[in-house]
Amino acid sequence: MAELTKQGIGRILAKQGILIAFVIFMIGFALANPRFIDIDNISGVIRSSAILGVMALGVTFVVIGGNLDLSVGSMMSFSTIVVLDLHDKIGPTLAIPAMFGLTLGLGAFIGFLVGYLKLNSLIVTLGMLSAIHGLTLTWSGGQNMDIADKEGTWFSVFGQGEIAGVPVPILIFAALAIVLSLVLSKTPFGRKVYAVGGNGKAATFSGIPRARIVFMTYLISAFCVACAGLLQASRSLGSQNTVGQGLELEVLAAVILGGASLLGGSGTIFKTVIGVLILGFIQNGLLLMGLAFYVQYVVTWVIIILAVWLDIAAKRGRLWSQIA
Amino acid sequence: MTDQTPVLRLEDIVKTFPGVRALDGVSFSVLPGEVHALMGENGAGKSTLMKVLGGILQPNEGSIFIEEEPTVMVTPAQAKAKGVVFIHQELSLADELTVAENIWLGELPRKSLGRVNWTKLYDDTNAILKTLNVGFDAKTRVGDLSIANQQMVEIARALTVDPKAVIFDEPTASLTDAEKVVLFDVIADLQSKGVGIIYISHRMEEIFKITDRISVLRDGQYRGTLTTRETNEEDVTKLMIGRSLDLSRNESHHEMGDVALEVRGLSCGKLYQDVSFSVRKGEVLGFYGLVGAGRTEIAETLFGLRDPSAGQILLNGQEVRIKSPIDAIANGISLVPEDRKGQGLVLGMNCRDNMTLPQVDDLTAGPFVSDGAEVAIFDQYRDKLDIRTPGWRQTVGNLSGGNQQKIVIGKWLSMRPEVLIVDEPTRGIDVGSKSEIHNLIRDLAAQGYAVIVISSEMPEVLHVSDRIVAMYSGKVMREFTSEEVTEDSLIQAISGIINGKVA
Repeated sequence: MAELTKQGIGRILAKQGILIAFVIFMIGFALANPRFIDIDNISGVIRSSAILGVMALGVTFVVIGGNLDLSVGSMMSFSTIVVLDLHDKIGPTLAIPAMFGLTLGLGAFIGFLVGYLKLNSLIVTLGMLSAIHGLTLTWSGGQNMDIADKEGTWFSVFGQGEIAGVPVPILIFAALAIVLSLVLSKTPFGRKVYAVGGNGKAATFSGIPRARIVFMTYLISAFCVACAGLLQASRSLGSQNTVGQGLELEVLAAVILGGASLLGGSGTIFKTVIGVLILGFIQNGLLLMGLAFYVQYVVTWVIIILAVWLDIAAKRGRLWSQIA
Repeated sequence: MTDQTPVLRLEDIVKTFPGVRALDGVSFSVLPGEVHALMGENGAGKSTLMKVLGGILQPNEGSIFIEEEPTVMVTPAQAKAKGVVFIHQELSLADELTVAENIWLGELPRKSLGRVNWTKLYDDTNAILKTLNVGFDAKTRVGDLSIANQQMVEIARALTVDPKAVIFDEPTASLTDAEKVVLFDVIADLQSKGVGIIYISHRMEEIFKITDRISVLRDGQYRGTLTTRETNEEDVTKLMIGRSLDLSRNESHHEMGDVALEVRGLSCGKLYQDVSFSVRKGEVLGFYGLVGAGRTEIAETLFGLRDPSAGQILLNGQEVRIKSPIDAIANGISLVPEDRKGQGLVLGMNCRDNMTLPQVDDLTAGPFVSDGAEVAIFDQYRDKLDIRTPGWRQTVGNLSGGNQQKIVIGKWLSMRPEVLIVDEPTRGIDVGSKSEIHNLIRDLAAQGYAVIVISSEMPEVLHVSDRIVAMYSGKVMREFTSEEVTEDSLIQAISGIINGKVA
């Protein structure tokens, strides 16, 4: 009997480890500094996590499909710069769809290379990280991009507005999370993403068009990046060329923290959201503890590596194993 | 033989895992120069027992004696040092290294300053390879060798020590008949040197060809040891599964319908040439031949995975062009692939989702997949095929091989195909499930499906087929009806011999 309960606990830990870790982090930080669970603080953290979160939603599709996307940070800089530049040239009503079109074009290009030409996604997206950065600099001429009339534009509504007291970025993040979660878990397309990432050969042998599914995951990722760029541009109404730099790793960290396997075939949108929130709250908690922001880089990654280790350990039932 | 000291003796070995007694008082002994078969269904405890012998697992109770010395082996290296060597079913070789490096991996001979003594390495290796009589040398890259020769490297690895007992785990799983002969020679050679051999296999013909005694496990319990000469397949099977089994020729005949699929002059580059055959509704057409004869490639062409370079495919008399699995499925052709885990299933997915994968687009309510429709299909085929699983939520990777195969078959039956192609239907599946799958194939034909069965096992082909196509090196050698076929004529045909002449 004792053995059975021990197994039961192990199973729960293995399945819900991330959620439990999340609760423990929250309690720990709350004890260290009561301001941490202040409603304003919590809402602030979610709001500032929204941009990262929106990108992580898209990357979740790519990762479950068995690939990587390291280009999202650089692509987000591109979207931000493009929409800010076009805002003054053709007005926000046209700038937004134009920016979405261009970003989706980049996503389609990556999807074509990885899906149809079957190139390694790590190489392709690492290359695109650099190439898109160059594209952004070319577009902006290396200059920061600012909206001329920051007071007079309605464009700021996405990043700064509130509906019924809830910040718009949180609403957009939540809406996208719900829609994409339904797409992934309930539609035939979502099922095929899991199949292609879980065993691409078996998917092909089941008549699933593998290339098209991979292509679609990159389009979804690019769509999410465009949304993130919109939020970023609207929040600051001006931006550097490097605004998204490094975000690709944080996004990947959130997805992995959520428990998606880098080998593909597993993960959920809900878990990714938890991963995003853990990342946001850790960084916030460290700030509230009075640590300088650059210490966060170190601590964040130590925590991520610990989390991934514990996750694997829970799955294989021991902390260290000679085989795999 | 009875007065000899056993090289290896097990006494009342018990191994428990949380909730299971994987081994429950297993005792048997291996004499020098004996080939001792260890048989049992999947899950009977063979693997656990081998891990105990190989030093990977420690028994909870019982003892191991090597030449009557009580022995405790804590690591695989210790087991090897004591002369118990294990030839694994799955090859664990580094493709990019040479034969010599693979054989001595971890114990490369050294000279001063820790440098590898290459001369000694190659000389020692070639000495071992010579005893095995193989056609490659120490400097060959392992990745360039055939599977059979890679297995020889595994065996050579065992011979770096003076072995007392060698354990072969399903050594012939991926060998052709010709390669098997070489393997059996090596085993006979070891035997003559007084080495005791434990031979694990599901294949009865081999067991009766090369072993001296047979020990049987069932549900972790030792069921007894039989002398091979004094027993027969039926008795062994009874001991293994607790009931007897139908291994006869196919004699059932039922009404056949029109020709469902006809292939005329189909070729695909060097893989196969000018292949013609037809299957009728209600008929099982067997394809028999050696590995590499082109059988799987024909199936893959029919399923849209390869482009034929010439020839026609006709379904119900109409010529069709099949460019992708999607076309094949739309035309009513289904393929149960030979590599169940690699091509047939998404192991991390649950049973239901695997089964409904090819038709998930059609099982929708609004934009979403309809849970009810999916579960209904799963339940229907679980009952029809007698799939044993705790429920549809079970991850497919946790099922036994037989049940996994039934999931793949169910997946394609639920598409209601006109032509069902089954490639190696029972590879790696235990005896009990094997006969269930054979009966299933016969039943499907009786229901009017046109079935093509590709198999490398002669008893299987003979047991299920109405007609048999024998292939050799990309060509159809001969077609047999189940009345006229004999084992000899079939073997001749797949070896490229027609009417006593080599083709």
